[in-house]
Amino acid sequence: MTSTPNLDSLYQEIILDHYKNPHGRGLRDPYEAEVHHVNPTCGDEITLRVHVDGDLVEDVSYDAVGCSISQASASVLNDLVVGKSVQDGLAVLDEFHAMMQGKGQVVPDEDVLEDGVAFAGVAQFPARVKCALLSWMAFKDAVLQAEETPSS
Amino acid sequence: MSAGYDVQRIRKDFPILERRLSGDSAESSWPLVYLDSANTSQKPLSVIEAIDEHYRWHNANVARAMHVLGAEATEGFELGRTKVAEFIGALNHERGRDEVIFTKNASEALNLVARVLGDAGRVNENTDIVITEMEHHSNIVPWQQLAGRSGATLRWFGITDDGRLDLANLDELITERTAVVSLTWVSNMLGTINPLDVVIARAKAVGALVVVDASQAVPQLPVDVATLGADFVAFTGHKMVGPTGIGVLWGRYDLLAELPPFLGGGEMIETVTMGASTFAKPPHRFEAGTPPIAQAVGLGAAVDYLTAIGMDNIAAHEREITAYALGALQEIDGLRVVGPRDAVDRGGAVSFTLEGVHPHDVAQLLDSRGVAVRAGHHCAKPAHQRFGVQSTTRASFYLYTTTDEIDALVEALHFTKKYFGA
Repeated sequence: MTSTPNLDSLYQEIILDHYKNPHGRGLRDPYEAEVHHVNPTCGDEITLRVHVDGDLVEDVSYDAVGCSISQASASVLNDLVVGKSVQDGLAVLDEFHAMMQGKGQVVPDEDVLEDGVAFAGVAQFPARVKCALLSWMAFKDAVLQAEETPSS
Repeated sequence: MSAGYDVQRIRKDFPILERRLSGDSAESSWPLVYLDSANTSQKPLSVIEAIDEHYRWHNANVARAMHVLGAEATEGFELGRTKVAEFIGALNHERGRDEVIFTKNASEALNLVARVLGDAGRVNENTDIVITEMEHHSNIVPWQQLAGRSGATLRWFGITDDGRLDLANLDELITERTAVVSLTWVSNMLGTINPLDVVIARAKAVGALVVVDASQAVPQLPVDVATLGADFVAFTGHKMVGPTGIGVLWGRYDLLAELPPFLGGGEMIETVTMGASTFAKPPHRFEAGTPPIAQAVGLGAAVDYLTAIGMDNIAAHEREITAYALGALQEIDGLRVVGPRDAVDRGGAVSFTLEGVHPHDVAQLLDSRGVAVRAGHHCAKPAHQRFGVQSTTRASFYLYTTTDEIDALVEALHFTKKYFGA
């Protein structure tokens, strides 16, 4: 019999807090790139904008529908990348991505991921990893597009 | 429950239903409560054993191997076809056996029809294709693609607020321009059983062909294609206690005989030269390549199993369990059933939303208590949009579902609400 990881390791208090009180939600101007990402298997969707000034991520704004994991993840993304350089933001993304792909075996760096470490438990639920990654992949797509666009 | 319908005895035929799941901690253990049969049904031992025996004793390719095993495999495969034909009433037609085409699933069956109707020129820029908003994507996308290729116009039946097919504009939708009407018999999301007779009568009056997606109907309702009046009926093996990897397209023989092949390859030819090929008669014209042999044997065993219990009995059980579930679920505060709320003309799938908790989270919480449901758009995004929801949780029932399992679902939903403070 396979043992299912504990429910509370999936739905950590931090995740539920971000779900109920999401940070940075809503679409705002100005922005250099807007992307729309869909999770075709479950139907979760996100429209995400990035505003980059020089090398600085000034804003990440979003409108998303989906489960608690995908919503909380977008909120944590906003916390972690706004105010950082594009390069540092992408470095956080790499750390988050590595943790999510780590099947629960990767010990995350709390200094880098802050509230994002709460998603370590999600990595033990293969069906939910895509939920946590949706907003991050949208951010990556948008920020790379923004870099190709002359600043407004 | 119905007198004489012994659901506990039926459950003993399904080994997987004995599983216990560890749930969300090592200490707890929950019996499997499988409420995802509209997605795929579980398999009785007789089906599992039929497939096992085929591979152990009779395995060979069909129709071409000149040896004992080849003959046995061919006999087993074609017996599967005969059993399916009998099960859906096709044997009442003179060439009824040859009206059953094996595909890999219902999606392929529907794609086959759409492709060959286009290739035959029956659907073109001067014609309409009519489908409904409650279709599974497998009965939407092939018609969208055909409309794109042929220049035909795709038109849609709407859905009423209570989840029924909206027939108010029946005569405006199905007209002399209509080449084909394709609709589901039982909605996989709403659970609605559609009044096929009304739609088919109108289609016949204007000379349109009718395709029925019976994926959710054949498993739970008695089906008689000889009296149904449709031209094509598509369904799949794995939802009717049979194996995955096999679907069925039934079509009227005279119509099939006029239509060009779908895929090209082995088995589907009469003769091949370097210049050209001529094609086999139905059903083999539409079965290119090595077919799903063991699956046909397994599907034959599935049909035997369902017949022994009786489709009328299974349909009655489905109605009763659905009525019980609709009653119990709607007592939960914040739970909204999307689809018909009473058990009239309704199949055994109930989709719902729970206020404050996303369906994926509902499904996750239920899974932690051994309750297996589906969450998402159920491959019916237009129907979800119609009701203004992005996704739903769906519980679906079958011949082995018990009222105790519905009670376990309700209890797990209360747990879910508490967990999320909803």
